[in-house]
Amino acid sequence: MKLLEVKKLTKSFGGLMAVSNVSMVIDKGELVGLIGPNGAGKTTVFNLITGMYSPSSGTITLFDGEQGKPIQGQKPNKICNAGVARTFQNIRLFRDLTVLDNVRIAMHRSVKYRLLSCFVHSPGYRSEEQRIIDESIELLKIFNLDGKKDELARNLPYGEQRHLEIARALASRPKLLLLDEPAAGMNPAETAQLSEIIRKVRKLFNLTILLIEHDMSLVMKICERIYVLDFGSVIANGSPDEIKSNERVITAYLGEDAIDA
Amino acid sequence: MSKGFNKKAFIKTLALLLAFSVVQLLIRFNIISYYYQDILARVCINIILAVSLNLITGFTGQFSLGHAGFMSIGAYTCALIIERVPTVYGFIAGVILGALLAAFAGFLVGLPTLRLKGDYLAIATLGLSEIIRILFINLDSITNGAAGLYLQRRFVNWFWLYLFTVSTVVLISNFVRSSHGRACISIREDEIAAEAVGINTTKYKVIAFMIGSFFAGVAGAVYASYNYFIEPNLFNFSKSIDILVVVVLGGLGSISGSIMAATVLELISSFLQSVAAIRMVLYAVLLILIMLFRPGGLMGSRELSVAMLTELRKKAIAWLKAMPARAVHAVRSIAKGSGKPGDKSAGKGRVDG
Amino acid sequence: MDQFVQQIINGISLGSIYALIALGYTMVYGIIKLINFAHCDVYMLGAYIGYFCMTILHLDVIPSLLIAMMLCTVVGVLIEKIAYKPLRNATRIAVLITAIGVSLFLEYGTMYFVSAQVRTFPPRIVKSMSAGIKLGNINVTYMQLMIVGVTVLLMVLLQFTVKKTRIGKAMRAVSLDVDAAELMGINVDTTISFTFALGSALAGAAGVLVGLYYNSINPLMGMLPGLKAFVAAVFGGIGIIPGAMIGGYFIGMVETFVSGYGYSMYRDAVVFAILILILIIKPAGLLGRNVREKV
Repeated sequence: MKLLEVKKLTKSFGGLMAVSNVSMVIDKGELVGLIGPNGAGKTTVFNLITGMYSPSSGTITLFDGEQGKPIQGQKPNKICNAGVARTFQNIRLFRDLTVLDNVRIAMHRSVKYRLLSCFVHSPGYRSEEQRIIDESIELLKIFNLDGKKDELARNLPYGEQRHLEIARALASRPKLLLLDEPAAGMNPAETAQLSEIIRKVRKLFNLTILLIEHDMSLVMKICERIYVLDFGSVIANGSPDEIKSNERVITAYLGEDAIDA
Repeated sequence: MSKGFNKKAFIKTLALLLAFSVVQLLIRFNIISYYYQDILARVCINIILAVSLNLITGFTGQFSLGHAGFMSIGAYTCALIIERVPTVYGFIAGVILGALLAAFAGFLVGLPTLRLKGDYLAIATLGLSEIIRILFINLDSITNGAAGLYLQRRFVNWFWLYLFTVSTVVLISNFVRSSHGRACISIREDEIAAEAVGINTTKYKVIAFMIGSFFAGVAGAVYASYNYFIEPNLFNFSKSIDILVVVVLGGLGSISGSIMAATVLELISSFLQSVAAIRMVLYAVLLILIMLFRPGGLMGSRELSVAMLTELRKKAIAWLKAMPARAVHAVRSIAKGSGKPGDKSAGKGRVDG
Repeated sequence: MDQFVQQIINGISLGSIYALIALGYTMVYGIIKLINFAHCDVYMLGAYIGYFCMTILHLDVIPSLLIAMMLCTVVGVLIEKIAYKPLRNATRIAVLITAIGVSLFLEYGTMYFVSAQVRTFPPRIVKSMSAGIKLGNINVTYMQLMIVGVTVLLMVLLQFTVKKTRIGKAMRAVSLDVDAAELMGINVDTTISFTFALGSALAGAAGVLVGLYYNSINPLMGMLPGLKAFVAAVFGGIGIIPGAMIGGYFIGMVETFVSGYGYSMYRDAVVFAILILILIIKPAGLLGRNVREKV
């Protein structure tokens, strides 16, 4: 069953075609990789899906069961509330807030009390706040961050900041999670730990995941299907094994001479 | 859990009532002279102004240079109502209507301008408050123009001052600690990340602007009734800057900081009343020094708490004990400055590549 | 018709002054992204320096103008070195508040030394400047001719400096990308100081000219023209030098026409309304391009 369908997506900045005619389909429950050389337009695709940019042309449809809803060009917060959450390539935490606050802010969508009741802190307000704290801590536990809930996000070590960003994305209870280079800057042990966590949360939250990554061992290990982007266009699409042996992909990564050599 | 919370709230309420009664008695028996009552009133009004601007600039990170404009709307509304209904009910109606109109102005101003970032927003709000001032000057038939309005009676007394100040502080601090308040804070921290986690940033900027303007309206209304007299030029650019100085000095994002700074600055300026030019020079130097050495303000974004006081006390005792040995060193380090210029600790409105 | 032409002449004179001040705002903003609130007070200082040159030293207009420009240059560079340079890596809001602090310091510091009293220029100079050429009902004073002449001359010099000289090239490089410019061996600090120097010299000249034009100076005289000049810079596209010139003349024209046709009480409001409209419709200004923040 389809969850996300991207059709003929194009984005140009001035004269530069960052993304041209990209089409992709992601089924519910899949874990899909999006790879490609630097500057291929991967992050731009993410920015288009999450509403950070609006596309020059093309459609993005998010499915709820059979019902499809176009989301291209909508504001990021709307798209997030429709069930698409993301992390950023260069971590964008609320650096001067606590770990707990980072997660709590992302739970805003589920908060039930009204604007006016937050001025007087009614009993309903208090129980709702308690629920938010409890659920946030539950979420942090998955990432082993519950012990650090009162630390400032910027004081966390790098790897934990990446984890916190994923936790924050999950706090908005997404159907589709977009991870932009989650393993960047991690050592092999940390990467292994990360792939465990991705598997775990996928199962736990019944997630569909689209992931940009340069670490091929991670991509080949966890992704079920891979899209390869080069110069803004999809050049290949298939299982990890198909991609590994695809000539166009090898050329894109290693240059023309690689095949002859 | 809920029992502990109630106990805390009970103690707080008791403390607030006690503080009110003590001052009320002192005023009754003339121990607080008329001169100090006047300072007290100004402190209260400044606290309302500073805390409300702090919500906009300190918590939500939207740089407003037009707070005096919203204040003037409250002031004029209240004054015009009191003119027609010179009773305490007229005063109450004036405060409420003044605050609502100011909030409405905040809404009108906020919708189109809040798309602007940082310094552009600052200039736009400045321009708008100047427009409001010019309108008040030119709407002669209603506002009596540049000559201003005189009121016959004063309705504001310690009770009203205290009520409005405490309500403002309590309501705004409750708001910033709620989920909606955290949404505002997330805009200050990183607008793009806030959008990405589902916060409607435009909506919350407008909300922050409206709540801030509402209380600026309250402050204006109270001021009008307290001061007997208002004129458009009381609410000019300099007044907006005065409020901003309090917020910055106390700490962007610290309500207790705003309260302390409002008190201290009002005391300083009362003692320097006779030399207005020096007062402003002092303000200016203070602003520059704070930005150079403590860009987050005295309190940063922290709040005054028991734990902080205990820690401060410990430090003070340790410092006093080591006084003789460290005296020289301390003088030296103060001379050098206590912080590094360019410290990013109060990183508001950063733009990460 | 005569009145219309007269208004245009008045508008051009006033616009010249706004353009001169706006250039300082726009150059500084272009290079370090700071609204230099203190700029309008450098302009006020220029007026006072000119005033003292003419009253105490009994100098003529042109030497006074030159001295004011030189001293303002020094003041501008000092402001940059003392107040802004230590904050090079600080947040935007911190630098902006510092700028407001510097502005207040200059205003009230001046007020402390020369008192808040409004001063007028020596009658001999005012008289010689307000004489002029009469063409039918249209009156062009020597003052207006001088304002336009000085402004055009300074703008040509400025364009030459920015476009043709080495330091001008450095200015353009720093405004595009500070880090890259530094890596290319450009001395960023010198370049920024030079920008402040240029802007302050222009403001100093504007100060003397305005002082003479309105024949009234006081320590807070910079505030309103400063804001309007900033509006002019935003209108033309902040950071863009020709934009500031266009903006200056536009605002000058609008203001003269609004007050010329009987709405002088609303002329400031109209200028601010223009600012808000431009910010809403095309925040990048007339000549600017919209840039979206990189994600």
